Amino acid sequence: MIEDLLQSNPGWANFGIFFLLGAVLLLVVLGFVTYGILAERKVMGYMQLRHGPNQVGGRWGLLQTVADVLKLLLKEDIIPKLADRPLFILAPVIAFAPSFMVLATIPFTDKFQFADIGIGLLYYIAVSGLTTIGVVAGGWASNNKYALLGGMRAAAQMISYEIPLVMSVLGIILLSGSLNLNDIVEAQKHGWYILLQPVAFIIFMIASVAELNRTPFDLPEAENELVAGYHVEYSGFRWAFFMLAEYVYLFAMSALITVIFLGGWLPPLSILGFIPGAVWFSLKFTLVLFIYIWFRVAFPRFRADKLMEFGWKVLLPIALANIFLTALIKTLFFS
Amino acid sequence: MELLNVYQNSYLIVFVFLCLGVLLPVVALFLGKLLRPHKPSDEKYTTYESGIDPFHDSRVQFNVRYYIFALMFVIFDVETVFLYPWAVAYNKLGIFALIEMLIFVLMLVLGLAYAWKKKVLKWT
Repeated sequence: MIEDLLQSNPGWANFGIFFLLGAVLLLVVLGFVTYGILAERKVMGYMQLRHGPNQVGGRWGLLQTVADVLKLLLKEDIIPKLADRPLFILAPVIAFAPSFMVLATIPFTDKFQFADIGIGLLYYIAVSGLTTIGVVAGGWASNNKYALLGGMRAAAQMISYEIPLVMSVLGIILLSGSLNLNDIVEAQKHGWYILLQPVAFIIFMIASVAELNRTPFDLPEAENELVAGYHVEYSGFRWAFFMLAEYVYLFAMSALITVIFLGGWLPPLSILGFIPGAVWFSLKFTLVLFIYIWFRVAFPRFRADKLMEFGWKVLLPIALANIFLTALIKTLFFS
Repeated sequence: MELLNVYQNSYLIVFVFLCLGVLLPVVALFLGKLLRPHKPSDEKYTTYESGIDPFHDSRVQFNVRYYIFALMFVIFDVETVFLYPWAVAYNKLGIFALIEMLIFVLMLVLGLAYAWKKKVLKWT
């Protein structure tokens, strides 16, 4: 259906249809965030030998996050007197909007996908970089020492780890010869890129955790040194949008890893092709998500100086070496 | 013609997603405004500083290293801008382009090594 739409003449009718479909995806993503947070708390609970949420919404705590969101909606909105008011209001929007925009190019299955642009992967990386601006703007506008320090740390961390992130992906582009995510999945028919590019996968995984500001690298919001980093002064729904952006990125990043490393909707063996692609996609997606949660439970937080040194002195040289090794092997043996 | 349509429609979708991404916070905050209480008092609007009255300016001086890292980021990000088209077109370019790119990256690696030697990457 979406293919016919893409090939029809663009106009207001198309805008309306895309708007509705996009709104449906937005609702799906919000549902994912609601239950993703619950799943994270539950998995973390069981890994730490406790139960996690089990009061609101039955034994599994199914309504816990819903209740949390409603509570946030009813919180009084406080903007500190010293804050830079326009920027303070704008910052959560700048942080959130790109996190949803990146979902536009991700192909979930061969039928269920939105924009099919030639530079899909580059688009993802470019747009996801914009969130840093929202984070820094939030930290600056708060006019609070902790917030400013958290914002600066977040910016330094996110730009430092963006370099290995984009470099590790180059190995895949070399092999597939395309930036279009559909082509990248098609190119994995004979072997997933996690097998052909294991080094790239490891670098990407580490750098993506840092980009997501999740636990081994959650320095920007380290609770016990910066209270909450760049969003100390935020409360209620403005705060919720920073958190929402973080979890929508978690969704997007898991989907991206599934697409570029784990073969997207392709089955692991061609005999298993009778199972629909959506099932394979969600299985792989869930696995990646679980690994992210596992990381959070398993690793302690890095020290700020070690974090920066690790990104520049270890990940970047390895990522560069991986690119040229891939190019060399490709030229010598496969041309 | 069809390719042009796909192209235009795809960017129309990107634009739609941008609209949705901006609309959600605006709508949610507006709805919240109707629901949430509003009882202002002076104490609520002070800057948080671990329970004490904030002192000095909040825009403190911070480590100059942040700027240096930002500069390094710009250098290496521009490098990736050159690497991406090279990687996409690599099939057609062959070994000559590989050597050319190797020289280009080696120069930047020299820069990285220099920064390393100068202890720029050390955060103390």
